[in-house]
Amino acid sequence: MAGLSNVSGLVIVDTGCANISSVYFACQRLGVTATVSRDIKAIKQAQRVILPGVGTANNAMAQLQQADLIDTLQQLQQPVLGICLGMQLLTESSQEGNVSCLNLIPGKVAAMQVEASQNNKLRLPHMGWNTLNNIQPHPLLTGFTEQDYVYFVHSFALAVNDYTLASCHYGCDFSAVIAKDNVAGAQFHPERSGKAGARLIENFLKWQL
Amino acid sequence: MLAKRLVPCLDVRDGKVVKGVQFRNHEIIGDIVPLAERYAAAGADELVFYDITASSDNRTVDKSWVQRIAKVIDIPFCVAGGIKTVADAAKILEMGADKISINSPALANPELISELSQAFGKQCIVVGIDSFYDVISGQYQVYQFTGDESRTKKTQWLTRDWLVEAQQRGAGEIVLNCMNQDGVREGYDIAQLRSLRPLCKVPLIASGGAGTMQHFTDVFQQADVDAALAASVFHKGIISIADLKAQLIADGISIRPM
Repeated sequence: MAGLSNVSGLVIVDTGCANISSVYFACQRLGVTATVSRDIKAIKQAQRVILPGVGTANNAMAQLQQADLIDTLQQLQQPVLGICLGMQLLTESSQEGNVSCLNLIPGKVAAMQVEASQNNKLRLPHMGWNTLNNIQPHPLLTGFTEQDYVYFVHSFALAVNDYTLASCHYGCDFSAVIAKDNVAGAQFHPERSGKAGARLIENFLKWQL
Repeated sequence: MLAKRLVPCLDVRDGKVVKGVQFRNHEIIGDIVPLAERYAAAGADELVFYDITASSDNRTVDKSWVQRIAKVIDIPFCVAGGIKTVADAAKILEMGADKISINSPALANPELISELSQAFGKQCIVVGIDSFYDVISGQYQVYQFTGDESRTKKTQWLTRDWLVEAQQRGAGEIVLNCMNQDGVREGYDIAQLRSLRPLCKVPLIASGGAGTMQHFTDVFQQADVDAALAASVFHKGIISIADLKAQLIADGISIRPM
């Protein structure tokens, strides 16, 4: 894709989670070949870093701990994008396994509360295509409207806070996209969200701090 | 608002999409990658690839087509058929599938659901249930090995019990294939889906019976399912996804527009 041919040095952190290939292929469809790595030096030297994640927060944090990546990820100055569970790992902590996370963006991830809503007709996981609300002006969300649908699969979520760039509604409002300084995250799966998802990845790849 | 999903299901044999004619004689209808791309572009919300190579014979099966699909499509997809172990599932998820679906192997070894859920998270573990209404007992019963007529057999499970058991063990989604309706295109089994809906706390996908656009409206409005799966009406071009989505939106159903 024109405009992205100069993007190099994209590293996808090898979290040992399941959606790494999908994220890699999504970047490839945009003309960008990423390096999948858990090597500290490679991650530090990357121009951009994507932190994917599928599974549970406590397992994923244990993986990062085991690979000795916690400090490295906490000190990155280049653009960072966490995807799904990867986004949740950017926050202070997760109720899923009561685990401390990377503490890069304020907020605590908690189990979604849907029981009281709509006569108990909402199911978990929150799975499927949903829309974004309260979209804030930010380079990551260039071109997004409240008519865009993106694909979610999760049972835990971050409440809306000062760092929420877009929210989504399922039983309650929660953070769909967050950012603070160089660190951003998407609760949905941009790699599986059609054209809208590709747009988010493209915006990230073009993001200048 | 969360949209209801339309899920075309494609049968795959040896990396080709096939159409079954009386179980045995499968006719190749096309290469998997262009068909997957076409469905994604046509507005499918998710795809299921049902690997019919796998269940009946024990040979090692080439699954490289999973990666070829993952490279080109930008919507979620699930792979079903022949996944018997955590290692089988890991391989398919590593190649880029978003979910795996298990059916007969879960009945043979219910612990498999727990193991998969613990290893990969419940969000990617789908349990398929083949359910048949038994007129004599007046109960819905679970069947096994339905991919091969000669091996198909009734299990000891009542559908409602197995539905609950599968969720307790960590299923993140249920596909309920109502066998009485399967392939007849006379509509989804609304009565069965409605009766089981309150027991299903995870997303429920209706399967079996879609023949007209009204059938989709009915199943979403009357059985409150989260998604509707269909095969022949899409493959044979009886219903276009674009027309169907327009109709469902007109009927007031929450749908991701084209």
